[in-house]
Parts: sequence; structure tokens; C-alpha cells
Amino acid sequence: MGTPIGSVLVANRGEIARRVFRTCRELGIATVAVHSDADAAAAHVAEADAAVRLPGSAPAETYLRADLLVAAARSAGADAVHPGYGFLSESADFARAVADAGLVWIGPPAAAVEAMGSKTRAKELMAAAGVPVFAALDPAAVTPADLPVLVKAAAGGGGRGMRVVHEQAALEGELAAARAEAAAAFGNGEVFVEPYVEGARHVEVQLLADAHGTVWVLGERDCSLQRRHQKVIEETPAPGLAAALRTELHEAAVRAARTIGYRGAGTAEFLVSADGRPYFLEMNTRLQVEHPVTECVTGLDLVAWQIRIAEGAALPPGPPVPRGHAVEARLCAEDPARAWQPQPGDLRLLDIPGVDAEFAVPPGREAGLRLDSGVTGGERIGVHYDPMLAKLVAWAPTRAEAVRRLAHALERARLHGPVTNRDLLVRALRHPDFGAARLDTGFFARHAADLGLVASAGGGDADDERLAALAAALADAAARTGAPGAPVPVQLGGWRNVPSQPQLKTFRAEPDGRTYAVGYRLDRDGGLTAEGHDGVRLVSAAADRVVLEAAGVRRTYRVAAYPERTFVDWPSGSAAFTVLPRFPDPEQSAAPGSLRAPMPGTVVRTAGFAAGDRVEAGQPLLWLEAMKMEHVIAAPAAGTLLELTAEVGRQVELGAVLAVVKEEREGTAP
Amino acid sequence: MSALDVGGAEFAERAAAMTARLAELAAAHAEALAGGGPKYVNRHRARGKLPARERIELLLDPDTPFLELSPLAGWGSDYTTGASLVTGIGVVEGTECVVTANDPTVRGGSSNPWTLKKALRANEVAFANRLPVVSLVESGGADLPSQKDIFIPGGALFRDLTRLSAAGIPTVAVVFGNSTAGGAYIPGMSDHVIMVKERAKVFLGGPPLVKMATGEDSDDESLGGADMHARVSGLADHFALDEPDALRIARRVVARLNVRKAGPGPRPDPAPPLFDPADLLGIVPGDLRTPFDPREVIVRIADGSEFDEFKPLYGPSLATGWAEVHGYPVGILANAQGVLFSAESQKAAQFIQLANQRDIPLLFLHNTTGYMVGRQYEQGGIIKHGAMMINAVSNSRVPHISVLMGASYGAGHYGMCGRAFEPRFLFSWPSAKSAVMGPSQLAGVLSIVARQSAAARGLPYDEEADAGLRAAVEQQIEAESLPMFLSGRLYDDGVIDPRDTRTVLGLCLSAVHGAPVEGARGGFGVFRM
Repeated sequence: MGTPIGSVLVANRGEIARRVFRTCRELGIATVAVHSDADAAAAHVAEADAAVRLPGSAPAETYLRADLLVAAARSAGADAVHPGYGFLSESADFARAVADAGLVWIGPPAAAVEAMGSKTRAKELMAAAGVPVFAALDPAAVTPADLPVLVKAAAGGGGRGMRVVHEQAALEGELAAARAEAAAAFGNGEVFVEPYVEGARHVEVQLLADAHGTVWVLGERDCSLQRRHQKVIEETPAPGLAAALRTELHEAAVRAARTIGYRGAGTAEFLVSADGRPYFLEMNTRLQVEHPVTECVTGLDLVAWQIRIAEGAALPPGPPVPRGHAVEARLCAEDPARAWQPQPGDLRLLDIPGVDAEFAVPPGREAGLRLDSGVTGGERIGVHYDPMLAKLVAWAPTRAEAVRRLAHALERARLHGPVTNRDLLVRALRHPDFGAARLDTGFFARHAADLGLVASAGGGDADDERLAALAAALADAAARTGAPGAPVPVQLGGWRNVPSQPQLKTFRAEPDGRTYAVGYRLDRDGGLTAEGHDGVRLVSAAADRVVLEAAGVRRTYRVAAYPERTFVDWPSGSAAFTVLPRFPDPEQSAAPGSLRAPMPGTVVRTAGFAAGDRVEAGQPLLWLEAMKMEHVIAAPAAGTLLELTAEVGRQVELGAVLAVVKEEREGTAP
Repeated sequence: MSALDVGGAEFAERAAAMTARLAELAAAHAEALAGGGPKYVNRHRARGKLPARERIELLLDPDTPFLELSPLAGWGSDYTTGASLVTGIGVVEGTECVVTANDPTVRGGSSNPWTLKKALRANEVAFANRLPVVSLVESGGADLPSQKDIFIPGGALFRDLTRLSAAGIPTVAVVFGNSTAGGAYIPGMSDHVIMVKERAKVFLGGPPLVKMATGEDSDDESLGGADMHARVSGLADHFALDEPDALRIARRVVARLNVRKAGPGPRPDPAPPLFDPADLLGIVPGDLRTPFDPREVIVRIADGSEFDEFKPLYGPSLATGWAEVHGYPVGILANAQGVLFSAESQKAAQFIQLANQRDIPLLFLHNTTGYMVGRQYEQGGIIKHGAMMINAVSNSRVPHISVLMGASYGAGHYGMCGRAFEPRFLFSWPSAKSAVMGPSQLAGVLSIVARQSAAARGLPYDEEADAGLRAAVEQQIEAESLPMFLSGRLYDDGVIDPRDTRTVLGLCLSAVHGAPVEGARGGFGVFRM
């Protein structure tokens, strides 16, 4: 038994930092947070006993700086470091630096991290131990017969640097791109190629090993629903897995762990082909994002066991018997219908009804709803980090019940802020193929239309949205007439002795862009007449709650108006609206020719023009990188460049003015 | 508190009569709303222009009221109902303003005698209540065939604008189109001027007139375009790109006027009446000879239905007392049995003086056939006492608001603060009637006089002709006593739905508190005792 840990620094941010802190508090361990400048007001910082600033906001300046993290641990008096997931969690060098500084590393031995760090090397080790692996292909020797193939970064993770190649001609380019991306993301440009299996499932085995030779298998998780090779919905146990295959996976995982002398929590990831053959993918030498599903069914606190094992404790002889089924959904600030673009912005409210526990196994005996959230509402979602806001886990005696509860809670969640993938999650959970456990990594691509992944198909039901817009208009009216201290005329609302037209308000639904012109009149008794809403009766209206009766059915719409958006939530849906201005935007009319950022991103290059330069129509002025793609911002017309606000390296938000070109009219001297 | 049987036959009958009159009123309002009719409205829209009321709606704050004034101006005349002008009180950037808008779909928005009266009335309202004026201008000027009736008195429009300005009451003109010749002085006399690009046309003389006068060749834009006035003449303070932009700018101008109300604010969170204002439909009898209890009206408009009566046992034909409406204190005088006797007159004079001592606005609820006549009453000094009441009303300096619920005949109309006594606002219910006396009385008086005249000359009296004359006179007087007729002649500020009375009073009381509320301390004429 080693020394008991007294204070843990979490070398991470967001929900995983909060997750670790929660267990620390329960174990009586002091907590130390680190934060970048962008995270100065983050929840994980506020909750820690002490926090250390990492100057800057880019990961490379902050959460990826092993030296700063070790120094932070020392200065804050921490005696152990928990790396969380991502960032430096799988860096053997960091593990060593922590140990060298005399601090306890809450994770596997550096050697084990190193052994699994290179995917190519890990495969060799596993193959030698009799674990089934894909034969790596020589990139130079790939033939059309091998296609499709997957190009992966040897040091990668989180889907970055990963590319599927279907055509021989594309291989060279994709290899180069993957190398560049891997080098940028992981500091290591090594890539490898392996066969790509279509229609395969992603199944992974959770392991927990102590320093005394005990290795537990804590069941397996199915994480087949992925976008861009990143998991979106995960569950345990993996449904419909043949008993023999399950046993084979469990045994292979244990062999893998033993081969490298593994210690702590880890995960062996496999691909299971459509015909049921497993292939080892990699071993993650850290806690997984999706660990809560395993915690729910086993009742274990994996973080607590990570800490105990780091302290030298021994596992009991056998793991607990799992109970029921748990499903997790990752709620992200991203727009699935627009190539999953991350959506920065102010998160005003995150309110999920019916949550039984946060960062912990729900207290019920067989069911519950668990929330692991990095945000609490009130923070700005920036462009520097992962867009994941929260993980929501439902646990129930059966898979069907867990799935139903999760979809229900997501549907009723009040999410006021950037666009999220919530609707996609609900639709996926309720999709018949998901219900029937017909899962594979192509799920989203195959059901794109059903799931609202095509922008034109639009999300939500337009009729529901129309009523929501009406509710938003009526709540706005109630807010104005009921404002404290409102003068008498304002209290009297839109009364007319000679009515000529209704009150008009226009809302644009986000992100689909449908507009709703709401025309309504409230009579002297508060009765509603609304254009296109015959038979809709107003039961009551307040600034935050409007009750409407449509076709004899009464529904309550909860409304929250913020300067940038109005959100309407009702039991079976929600809508986000931009209130369109009554008058033309004077700024837009003041500066015609303004070029705005089509999406958030970074300015990577400019064409070298300066204010005052003459530009031709269509001439590129600058390039914006967003979501791994470059977008050209070109002059809309020939004229003079009045302003170029963009500088290389600058982060810009959607709609930011990058440049202003004054159009040269015919016959006008420049 | 209320003895009204809303389930009874009498109530149903009265409500049915009122509902029928409201339908007639709605039809009359629809004439005003139609403006110049679909053809001209469509042509106006096709030019990318907004109708007058849409301009107003865009100017006003969302979800705030608009109390249109004199909507029936010109009703029953040869001119279009509404008199090609919309006026009213609305809220712009939180500030109550008098808003006027020419209706260019009615003969190009040109002014006829009723337009002039309506515009002058709006100016009066602005002046008395210190409300900023926003004029949405697009008018072809004087309606030439009626120039004789408007040219000379019409100068008052420009006089008013500059007097408002001199009194520190802001004036804002938004020019959407023609505002030429005399009309050019509307922007010329306003504190703030906004003109719409390529639409506003503001000059004293157009190109043909200039050609005739000086031989100079010119065009509209160089003589009076928005661009020219914004850059060269300086007549325009703001250059608007289009109509919505002009209204946006007007809102910003009003937001910066720094208008603060001079009168005290209302008590916050007033209690609504305990009785349903919808019942006001069924209170006034179809035949005004039947009196009704005005307290049934008061408990449906006063905060918490609370009414503290003054001298309830003295002069009971006139109810007087104190109440609050939307948090504003008011003294109410309401006819209870139609006729005013000496006691009622003296009570009224005393009550009006009290309200002046306390700086409390007065509300007159009319249902009077006038002062009592007859030997006993003349000998009792009814003239002296009626004169006391009229003296008190005339010289009272607190704001007055009159509502004609039923009859408002004879000198009773004066004593109850009729139009000539300059109440800040005067509204009628559809059930109201006003004239020197009731139609049958008037016809009867004429008949008696004619009969006496015939007798004096020893001539036989033609009974058949008399009956015909009486019927004709009665019919004519009846028609001329009706509220839409009187409203058409600007003898009130509009005919309202009785159910809206509390709302209208709230808006009026809020408006009157734009000016200081200070009663007369002394300063009355000699009270003949």
C-alpha cells in the first residue's frame, strides 16, 4: 500500500474535471483545477478547492503543457495528478514527468501507456499475444482490391487524422492530408493503413487492473453510433452480442492488459464485422468518456478505483454482477445538419428535468438518470475546445426502458444557447433500427434523411414551430405589458379603438431559417385572434409561460427571451428563434460590401491587400479555416478595399466582418 | 354595490340595442379605414409606400395602445369619413405622443375643412397635455374646391407647430412624399425633420410655378428632394433610405427628446373593477327617458369598484364622489336622474371647487336632460344655481374628461362640461344624444309657438300640417343628436365601445398628466348667491 493521496490536480477541463472532483470530495481528497484564460469562469474552476491559471487559450499553450501542469501541481500542493481523457491523458512523457516530480500519476504505468501509444506497435504486441488484429497495409502497396481502407494516425485519437479511402486515386492525397493533420494535432505525423470494414460495430471492453495481478472485466460497451469517427451514443451491455463472441472479446481484452502489465482503468476497443468477427483496434490507457454507463450497471465508481489503485490498493477477487442496461448520449454544441459544425455562443440555460444524480451512479436500485456536464449554463461556448456540453445517461432494467427515458429527458431538456445535436439524439434513440439494435458505424450516414441530417429536410415539425412562434410573440407582449413600473398605456397593451391591423412580429427559427410572421390581436378580455391560427385559444400568457389550446388540446409553452435569441420549450419539442428587427439594420445599410465570416474559424492567410487597394470582382482576399476546410473570402465586386479587419491567426465568429469593399460604380472615379 | 341583473330581460334588451349601435359604429369606422378605397390603396402600395395606419403601427412601440382621435371626422359630409388624416395618441420609445398621418389614398392626402378641424384638434390635445407631436406627412395640400373654408383658418396649423415648439413641446415631422407650398411649413416649423430619399418633395413652388415666375428650368429633386434638403438647404435633419428607415429614425429622435411628464404618476398596481366591464353594454336603456343609475357604470370603471360619494343625500339627481382609475385619482360627477335641480347645481359647484383645491382631475358622466324648468324652480333660483355650476366648470383648472353615456341636452351639456367648455377629452357612447333639447320636446315647442302665432293672428291652425312638421322636425333633430353625426363634426373625440371606457380613461388620464395638474385656487367668476 502506497501513500494515501491528499490532493489531486486534474490536468483537464470541463466535465471530466468536474467528474474527478466529485469523487475526490467523496473520498476526502482536496482538489486543484487548472484553467486556460478561456476557461477562467468555467464550472470546474469554481468547484475546485484551488485553481491555477495556464496563460493563453489554445490547448498547445495550456492543457497540453506538461511542464506547466507539473508546476501547477507543485505550487498548489497537489500530491497526485489525474489526467482525465484527451489532452495529455495518453502521454507517457507526461506520466513520467509527473512521477519524476514526486507526484502520484493516477493512471497506468508510463511503460504501458507507451506500449499502447503507438497504434502500430500496439497491434504488433496484441497480435503476438493472440489477440485478433487487422493486418496493417503498406501504404505503398495498397491495391484496388484492398479498398476501402482506413488511414489512421499512429498517435491519434478522437477521430482526428482518420480518413476512409474508397478510390485508389484518392489515396495519396488522403495520406498526405492525414499526415498533416496528425502532425498538427498530435505532434507526430506517422500514419498507417488498415482495411476498412463497412457495416461493423464498435464494441469495447472496460478493464480495471490493480498492481497485485487482478484484472477485472467490467462488461463491454457498444459505441457504434459515431460521427466523424467520434462516438455519439454508447451503451452497455452491447445488445445482441453472441455469448461466445462476448467471451472472446472479454478474454482478448484481459490478455491485452496482462501482456503490457496494465494497471488502472483501461479500455480495449474492437471492431466487430457484420459477420461477427472481432478485430482489435487499440487500447485506451485512460478513463473513457463513456465510462458512466459501466458505472451505472456495475454500481462502481471507476474514478475512485483509479485513485485507490494508484494508492496501491487491491481489487476484490471478483467484479460486481452488472444490473440492467445503461445508455449514454453526448450532447454537443454542433449542428448535425450542417456537417456537424461546432456552434460557439453563449449558453444561457442547461436544464434537464428528472436528473437523479450528477457525476455519480443514480441512487435508485435499478434505474435512474445521470448527468455529467461540463457546463452549468451561463458560460460562453468557445471555439478552442471540444463542443461536448454534457453526457446524459439513462439506466433501467431493460434497454428499451433506458432508451425511452433518455430520449424523453433529452426532448424535455431546456437548452438555451448555441444549436445542439439534441434533436438528432432524440431521433436516433427513437429510430426503429436503434430500437432493434441494428447498430453499426454507418448508422448516421444510412439514416441521414430520417435523422434530419440534411439541412433542407429541416428539423422539427413546422406546425409545432408555428405555434411556438405564436407563444413567443404572446410572451413578448406579456413581458412588455407586465414590466414592473410600466406606464399605464404600456400596461394596456396593443389596444385599438379603431383596429386596422394586428400586432406583427417575425421570428426566424434557428438553425433551419424558416421564418414565421405572427399577426395577433388580443381583445379586451385577453381573447386571442391570430392569423392562420383559427381555433387556437389563449388560456394564459406570462412573460415566461404561455398556455395555448389548439384543437382542444392544451399545451404549456415555456418561453425565455435573451437579447440574441428567444427559446420556446414545450413537452414534445423546442424551438430557438431570432426575433427579426422591425426596421432595416442601419449598420448593414451603412456599410454595403461588408464581407462576413460564413462560419466561425481562423484566418489562415490573406492575399496581401491593404485598405485602399483596388480589387477585382471575385478576387480572393483571405482564407478562413473552419472545420478542417479552407473557405475563400473573395471581393463581391470590383472596387476599393476600405477595410481589412482580418489578420492571420485571428479567430473569427460567424458573421464577423472580415473586410469591406466599396463597389466602384460605372462612371465614378475611384 | 351593484344591483344590475345581468341575467334579466331588461339587461338583454339594452345590451341588444347597444350591440346594434356598435355594429353601425364599426361600419362607420370601416369607412375611415378604407381610406380612398382599394384602387388608391393598391396604387399607393405599388409605389412601395405604406398606408397611413401602417406607418403609425411601425412608429409605435410593439404591444402598446393607440387611441385614435376623431376617427369619424367628416362623417355624414361630402368628404370621406376620417377626413384623409389619422390622428391619435400612442407610445413611441416609451413616450406618449400625438401622432398624425395624412392618408394619401384620399385625394392625395389633401386637406378639406374637416381635415383642418381634425388637425387643429390634435394640436390642441398636444398643447394642453404637453405631448410631443409626430407628423407623418404626405399631403397634396389644400383640397382646392374647398379652399375658401381652409385657406384663412388653416394658418393656425403652422402657428400651432411653432407655439408648441416655443412651449417646449417637441415636434417631429417625417416627410414621406408631397409637402409642398403651404405644406412645406410643416417640416419648416417642426423641431426635427426626417425626409425619405427620392420620395419627400418639399418646396414652395414646383417646377411649373418656378418656370412661370422666373423662367428657371428645374426639377423636383433639386427644388425639394430629401437629398437636397439633407445636404444643401439643411431643412432635413435626417436622410432616410426608405419609409421603415424614416420611422426607425423618428423613433430614435423621440427616444432622445428627454420628455418627462409634468404631472404626478399613478398609484402602482391598481385593482381592477370587481364587476365585469362587459356589463356596460346593458346599462343604458334604448329609450333615454328611462333613467339609469350611473353607479353601475362607476363600479365597472373605477379601481376596485371603489367610489366614495360626496353629499350622497343632497341633490341626489347628481352623484358626486372620489375614485381612482388606473391608479389616477378622479372626482366623478354623474347624472343620476337626468334633471339638474338647484341642489345638484350647488353640490356640483362645491365639488368642482374641492377637486381644484386637491388637484384632482374631474370626470363627467353625462346623462342629463338639462336644468329643471317651471315656476317653482325659476323662483327657487335655478338660473343662479345653474350659473354657479357653469361658472365652476368654466374656471376649474384641473383636467376634465367627459363621457356622454346617454342624454346631454340643453344647458345641462354645458354644466357637465360639454365640448365648448374644453374638457381635455370628450368621448361618446353609441347610446349618447346631444342637442339643445330632446327631439320631441323641440318639435312640441315649435308646434306650440306656431299655434300661438296663428292664434295671435287669428288664423286657423292646420293640425295636419302641424303633425307633419312635428314628425319632420323630430326626425331631423333625432338624426342631428346622434353621436356619429356629432363626432363627424368634431364635437367629440370619438365614439367608443362602452366596454373600453376604463381603457380610454386610463389613456386620457395618463395623457393629461403630461402637463402639471394644478387646480384653481380661487380664480372663479363671481358666484351669484
